Amino acid sequence: MSGSGQTRETLTESDPALLEVRGLTKKFGGLVAVNDFSMKVVKDELVGLIGPNGAGKTTVFNLITGMYGATSGSILFQGMRISGKKPFQVYQLGIARTFQNIRLFRQLSVLDNVRVAYHHRGEAGVVHSVLRSPKFRREEKRVTDRAMEFLSILGLEQRRDALARNLPYGEQRRLEIARALVAGPKLLLLDEPAAGMNPFEVGRLMELIRSVKEQFKLTVFLIEHQMRVVMGVCERVVVMEFGEIIAKGKPEQVQQDPKVIEAYLGTDEP
Amino acid sequence: MNRRGFRFDLGWRALVLAVVGFILIQVLMWLRVINPYWQQIGCLAGITAISALGLNLVYGYTGQFSLGHAAFYGIGAYGAALLTRTLGGNIWTMMLGILVGAVLAGLVAFAIGLPILRLRSDYLAIATLGFGIIMKVLFDNSDAVFPMMGGAAGMTGIARLTNFTWVFVVALGAVMVLRNLVFSSVGRALISVREDELAAEAVGINTTKYKTLGFVVGCMYAGVAGALYAHLYAYLNPANFDFLKSIDVLLVVVIGGLGSISGTLVAAIGWTFLLEGLRVALPASVQDWRMVIYPLVMVIFMLVRPGGIFAGTEFSFLKPREYRRKR
Repeated sequence: MSGSGQTRETLTESDPALLEVRGLTKKFGGLVAVNDFSMKVVKDELVGLIGPNGAGKTTVFNLITGMYGATSGSILFQGMRISGKKPFQVYQLGIARTFQNIRLFRQLSVLDNVRVAYHHRGEAGVVHSVLRSPKFRREEKRVTDRAMEFLSILGLEQRRDALARNLPYGEQRRLEIARALVAGPKLLLLDEPAAGMNPFEVGRLMELIRSVKEQFKLTVFLIEHQMRVVMGVCERVVVMEFGEIIAKGKPEQVQQDPKVIEAYLGTDEP
Repeated sequence: MNRRGFRFDLGWRALVLAVVGFILIQVLMWLRVINPYWQQIGCLAGITAISALGLNLVYGYTGQFSLGHAAFYGIGAYGAALLTRTLGGNIWTMMLGILVGAVLAGLVAFAIGLPILRLRSDYLAIATLGFGIIMKVLFDNSDAVFPMMGGAAGMTGIARLTNFTWVFVVALGAVMVLRNLVFSSVGRALISVREDELAAEAVGINTTKYKTLGFVVGCMYAGVAGALYAHLYAYLNPANFDFLKSIDVLLVVVIGGLGSISGTLVAAIGWTFLLEGLRVALPASVQDWRMVIYPLVMVIFMLVRPGGIFAGTEFSFLKPREYRRKR
């Protein structure tokens, strides 16, 4: 009924939500980083979270993924309350993320970086590993095949044995995305995936995001502070400033919103 | 080769090397080329290696900086010694003693690991240091509860059971277990915690669980090493389990290279023999310089090769096949 059966234009916040955030507030001492933040992400959507530097975008991601505990408010994923859960539990429920300043396991190989992210699916624990049991070897093969599949989707299969820290910047970004995809998440959170890229690379990245989204029936929620990047790829955007939502809607509408223009460009007043 | 069953092994190249080495040393011992004094040093080197492998798992692989390793070594030593003194010393009680040493150290590690492993780097180091001091004080005053342990005067009457064969077999087993553990999905989870705890958590790794796992298993290694140590010199003194002993093991791990089994083995053996070798090689007049020479070795090492001898790599015969590719 809902979601994939509908055309993009009809997806709005009135559809059943994959992710729903209600009145989320986070205070760091006296600083209110996120204030009464409420929004929905509907299945199959590609939503952008934009806003000037320091608006609280990454804090919202950190709250959703359980890295910070919320001061108040709640987060629901597939109708289930996930606020209060640990980050690894949130991941296992189907929310994967990347980081603004790439966080790879630098001393591990490219292949191992991706395999780690599939570890929670394994059942062979310490004893099976130490004894190299048939079950262990079966699982090891399964994990490796799965990881290789995602490395080739992101064009990194040739690099499988390189150490992550030796990859060039663009490949590190792609590896982080491969790592986030390997467990088959339902919701992918991308924190400034285009940071530090030139316009050409940004174009290719956006193409990639669109294609993996289609291929894996993903819902994508991404942070970006360059307006033009978001305009090209997002179906709907949420604009934040000083921890609060100042606008929501289609990119073209939001772009015209005086409050948004003011947040980005400032006002004429002294 | 049977590819279907369990493969609790090291790969045939490593096993051949181990067996040849063992036979060679046995022959040299039989021919009296290696006298009992150097045999004892050899045993000490092996015991240090086992303990250092454990610390490498804790610090080198899992990234948890512990300064209390000697306390677990002591727990294993006293635990095993109490057992063999009570039940009488023979092969079976020795085996049981090693097991008890490992389990005791592991239980204590679990109990203190749960609260303190939430701390990071420096803070964890201080907390483990504190724990080490507490254990030293407990050993010093142990005679109040267990007169057999002898308190600060030391524990005597322990059977002299540890010999080269014991140390070799246990060390070989320790290497196998660690090697199979770190080259596995569990091992990758441990390393991911070291590399970036936040990112590990973000890809579904229960970091608390894996930190505890690494710490407990690493401390069990110390317990096993302690059990062997207790039956090597047949005498235990709390001074052998103080803070400085933790530093000794840490040095072996750092000089060998964090996250390298090969490095730990080479450094443990090299270090033990260097200390004793200098004692023999240097003329009596410059003996005092021994205490200058080896700290100097440390300083030079850190300047020239901060990653340690092996810097995270391994002898290729220790690696599973799929890890042998060029990087």
